[in-house]
Amino acid sequence: MKLDASQPLEYRTEENQLKILGFWIFLGAEIVLFATLFTVYFVLENGTGNGPTGKDIFQISGVLWETFILLSSSFTIGIAIHAMRMGMKKAMMTMMTITLLLGLAFLGIEIYEFFHYVHAGAAITTSGFTSALLTLLGTHGAHVTFGLFWGLAILLQVKKHGLNTHTANKSFIFSLYWHFLDVVWIFIFSFVYLKGLM
Amino acid sequence: MKWDEFFVLGDPMIYGAMVSIVAASMAIVVGLTYFKKWRWLRDEWLTTVDHKRIGIMYIICALLMLFRGGVDGLLMRGQLAMPENGFLDAQHYNEIFTTHGVIMILFMAMPFIIGLMNIVIPLQIGARDVAFPYLNAVSFWLFFAGAMLFNISFVIGGSPDAGWSAYFPLASTEFSPSVGNNYYAIAIQIAGIGTLMTGINFIVTILKMRAPGMTLLKMPMFTWSILITNVIIVFAFPVLTVALALMTLDRLFGTHFFSMTDGGMDMLWANLFWVWGHPEVYIVILPAFGIFSEVISTFSKKNLFGYKSMVASMVAISALSFLVWVHHFYTMGQGALSNSFFSITTMLIAVPTGVKIFNWLLTMYKGKIQFTTPMMYALGFIPIFTFGGITGVMLAMASADYQYHNTMFLVAHFHYVLIPGTVFGVLAGFYYWWPKIFGFMLDDKQGKRAFWWIAISFNVTFLPLFALGLKGMTRRTYTYSEESGFGPLNLLASIGSVGLAIGFILLVYNIYWSFRYAPRLNGNNDPWDARTLEWATHTPVPAYNFAITPEVSSVDTLWDEKLGKHKIFKGKLEEIHMPNTSFMPFWMAIAFFFWGFFMVFSWWIPAIIAVIPIVYFLFARSFSNDHGFHISAKELEEEEKKLRGETK
Repeated sequence: MKLDASQPLEYRTEENQLKILGFWIFLGAEIVLFATLFTVYFVLENGTGNGPTGKDIFQISGVLWETFILLSSSFTIGIAIHAMRMGMKKAMMTMMTITLLLGLAFLGIEIYEFFHYVHAGAAITTSGFTSALLTLLGTHGAHVTFGLFWGLAILLQVKKHGLNTHTANKSFIFSLYWHFLDVVWIFIFSFVYLKGLM
Repeated sequence: MKWDEFFVLGDPMIYGAMVSIVAASMAIVVGLTYFKKWRWLRDEWLTTVDHKRIGIMYIICALLMLFRGGVDGLLMRGQLAMPENGFLDAQHYNEIFTTHGVIMILFMAMPFIIGLMNIVIPLQIGARDVAFPYLNAVSFWLFFAGAMLFNISFVIGGSPDAGWSAYFPLASTEFSPSVGNNYYAIAIQIAGIGTLMTGINFIVTILKMRAPGMTLLKMPMFTWSILITNVIIVFAFPVLTVALALMTLDRLFGTHFFSMTDGGMDMLWANLFWVWGHPEVYIVILPAFGIFSEVISTFSKKNLFGYKSMVASMVAISALSFLVWVHHFYTMGQGALSNSFFSITTMLIAVPTGVKIFNWLLTMYKGKIQFTTPMMYALGFIPIFTFGGITGVMLAMASADYQYHNTMFLVAHFHYVLIPGTVFGVLAGFYYWWPKIFGFMLDDKQGKRAFWWIAISFNVTFLPLFALGLKGMTRRTYTYSEESGFGPLNLLASIGSVGLAIGFILLVYNIYWSFRYAPRLNGNNDPWDARTLEWATHTPVPAYNFAITPEVSSVDTLWDEKLGKHKIFKGKLEEIHMPNTSFMPFWMAIAFFFWGFFMVFSWWIPAIIAVIPIVYFLFARSFSNDHGFHISAKELEEEEKKLRGETK
């Protein structure tokens, strides 16, 4: 296998470069997926039927915590990749663990929030608005959930095999995924919650 | 749930289908056991990650689906042959036109194109395989699981019956209470995920794995068309993923995306469907344009006229394809301004398409044209497709469309673009690349006979539909009165459809006959005297494609080598890295099939259980230490000697 030592570890083999490009293109597809969900949400935003509106159910405090936590996790995964490039296995694993814990906290608040919505009379079957809202949030939440398990699997592999071209590649791709979820959340925060509360 | 809701009962034709399904499955099992072929099936096919074998499996599925969809078409023509015919009832007819549409587009045209791209693209760009061979196998098996799930619907539970576009509110549980549209939502979802993965795989393959010297503007035109097609796939299919997921939620969990009450919006479905659906028709037509470009250039013995304008027009078509979706429902009340906008964008597509037509004509101008079977399809394509294209411009005019909308005129139009475009295209590709895969040629005389049957019968079948549409016959009606006067032209169309069936039977006989009797090429790697890289390696192709990495200097790199301008294989034999086979994609798709089946019937506990193996296979792949194997230079040299016939 050809190794290009001028590149960071995760880019060093040809296979690794292919995987990173492939994942970028996959993120392109994910952008289209979320863009479609946002469009559906904007179309159905006022289709509240007999159910509550966004203003009735949104609570800024929980959302702010979610935002703060998820943005911090994007920062910590960034540090983890930085540590990985410097060959610091332990620091990398620590930062990645913190990232996953922050993700878990985010998910906990989101699940609590969902209970609150249902309690406030906004179940997924209530109206076009609640269907679109909970599907958009749920799709993002499902991505975070999948990310938690995926990240854990990578963490175990880093622990077992150390930092090599394979594990570095996987970790880097995971970080791209995690940053992407953060970007999606910024749009949810701005165009769902802030817009809804206005 | 009672048994009579589970199985579709009461129709002798369905009983016949059940018997034939069971009989065919048993014949396959007995045959494999008798000829001791189980191990061969597993090692060579079910676990393969070789792009050529995956391509062959795609094309076999596509041909099977062509016959399933074709029988649907024949049944429809049988019903419409005479006024007030009682051959099919309304419900059965609805199911048949729905499955005909879905199968022909998603389970025939798509896999045929993906099969050809699988076989040809790595060879044409001088690569050893696609970028992600394992993912490629996953894509194929997901497509296969989706196709099988969709096909069992007509014996178990009932087929979807709301048209291939499945408009709401018709497709809601209120108006389509059977599980048919659940099959639609879930089976297409499974296959669609596979297609999306294919899109990513081929973009990376084409962008990163081209042979040295092959700059983007030295890629063969088929490779260009596939690159653009896959870009469309990656940007269009996620919309379908969302639309189908929302349909599933509406039908299975009672959400209100497309409902008429509680704030839902039925037109949202129509928009989402066609935002995917219109690019989809370009996904199936652009590769055909690529195939025709290769075929016309090869058999005119000239390089392609206007290479850069060909590329530019495909890029323009791909961009415009996302800007025309509203023309599918001009009559649904979005107002004159949006209709005018989409009218103009739709007509604009005729411009780059026209550029391509003239480029093909000018490629043939003063060329030494050889009338081979693939060339016949290309020559048939140009006039018939132009006819379809011009009727498309007629339909594009929003105000005039109020007359044509939902009539047989439209049905005639899209068959006039899809059959000479996509079907002739893939058949041309099929004949053209067949010898590359199997090492013998399909008989040319028989091929031409099938071509004439198909081309003439096609026009006999669909030309009358233009007239019927202008006379006011609507599509998707299962019968019509005698006083309407639609009888004679319908009968003519039905006679034509029998001719089409004969044409396709002749095509299959041609394959069978050539398998048994056609002379083998025996080391002749380039039977068509072709121009591009795929003909530079051995025929049939070894697993590693190219022993030495080829070097490219021009678009027609093989042709230029024949003219002595350069040499393709300059390096020496080096160790080759190959991917390992794997059974996991197959088993994962089986799990997806069962998951989908349980979801269709809302059997939640089994559905959740079926998710477990899917998750397991995903993580097992992550943890597996599968780095492939190597073929050493020495082994390679021996294999190459054998292939050249130097040793036995």
